Amino acid sequence: MNLTIKAFGNLTEITGTAELEMEATDAASLQEALFQRFPQLRERKFAIAVNKQLITENREFQTHDIVALLPPFSGG
Amino acid sequence: MQKNERYSRHLNLKGFGLAAQQKLQQARVLVIGAGGLGCPVLQYLAAAGVGTIGIADDDIVSLSNLQRQVLYTVDDLGQLKAQQAAERLRRLNPEILIHAHIQKVDVANALALISKYDLIVDGTDNFASRYLINDSCFLLEKPLVFAAVYQYEGQLAVFHVPDQSGLKTSYRDLFPTPPKASEAPDCNAAGVLGVLPGMMGMMQATEVIKLITGLGDPLINQLLTYNALSAESYTIRISPNPQALVHTPKDAEEFSQMDYEWLCSGGASPIRVIDAHTFELYKSDPTAVILDVREFGEWPLASFPHLQIPLNALQEQLDQLDKEKIIVFCQSGKRSAAAATLLQEHFGGSKEIYSLAGGITALENNLNN
Repeated sequence: MNLTIKAFGNLTEITGTAELEMEATDAASLQEALFQRFPQLRERKFAIAVNKQLITENREFQTHDIVALLPPFSGG
Repeated sequence: MQKNERYSRHLNLKGFGLAAQQKLQQARVLVIGAGGLGCPVLQYLAAAGVGTIGIADDDIVSLSNLQRQVLYTVDDLGQLKAQQAAERLRRLNPEILIHAHIQKVDVANALALISKYDLIVDGTDNFASRYLINDSCFLLEKPLVFAAVYQYEGQLAVFHVPDQSGLKTSYRDLFPTPPKASEAPDCNAAGVLGVLPGMMGMMQATEVIKLITGLGDPLINQLLTYNALSAESYTIRISPNPQALVHTPKDAEEFSQMDYEWLCSGGASPIRVIDAHTFELYKSDPTAVILDVREFGEWPLASFPHLQIPLNALQEQLDQLDKEKIIVFCQSGKRSAAAATLLQEHFGGSKEIYSLAGGITALENNLNN
């Protein structure tokens, strides 16, 4: 499935861009593909939202799904 | 409430009016952290007429705060933020009650403090406080208006408030456990666009007013991310995460056993190394003790109030240190660094430990310049 990945906060320093395209069939395989392409992501904590809905377990993708990678912010 | 000219723009506002204004007057809101987020939250809630406002902060105003913490001026440098903010707000609106809580919110005091208020605003700047506040609000079922910033982006959410179907979520549904220090670089080092916490703080104040008055749709079970550079926001829906409850303390007893500083640092809370200018500010901080770890009789003698315990005797005399912050200095900065490590190993996350870089020599140079 062709997906749009949106990176937020300090994750863009690793991905180099706020938005990129990737192929994956489900969330688990996307995560593995992201770690392969950007090994430093393994060291970061982030939540995953698919089409603006937080996911807390693996799920299959539809083509053109939008996947957001959201790290925690602490500053105030 | 009489027809009060002060609130005429609220009273005339369609959909707002006297009923909403009275709800604000009766509300009790606690703002934890009077920094970049807290300043605008406090200003707007005080101006809007929230009847009782608590300000919890144990920090002092430093020069680098003035880039974004708009309640303070150069006259406030070295003074306690909670105290200065309270004074300013009383002049803005003498008709409301302002309570300054000069304390770091921790497991020993959080539940008692938070239970005195109806609604909590998290304006802190570190994960330890954020998880501690979230868990407290979970246990006490208090609405929590959360915001946090990173460089040019901000996050906003409302937690522990049920939506129309009765569902409510927590910060831990989003991030069940805190990141290790290496997983999320801190804001002090990463910098922040000064206006950004201002915007996020005003959005927090807006959510507070919506929750109190029942106006509009508060950001319940959602996380909004605002990007100042693109002027875009992105809002996701949060659903319960099975991992959240696993990591949340079950009751007050379990809460009191939590070590948030430790959890959030991956085992070691950082010792802050400060320069001579910052050191000067802590001299007037009543929650801090200045500790000289040199041998007795070493020159120059310190001409300001301090406690002296030579490094080699420190281990035996730790019980003399009862303040929340310990500011250590020596001749060159080496022994104070060793002392800070010793103190941190003993006190863990329960105290803030600072070490003066360059020792008393740097202080003298700073004064001479």
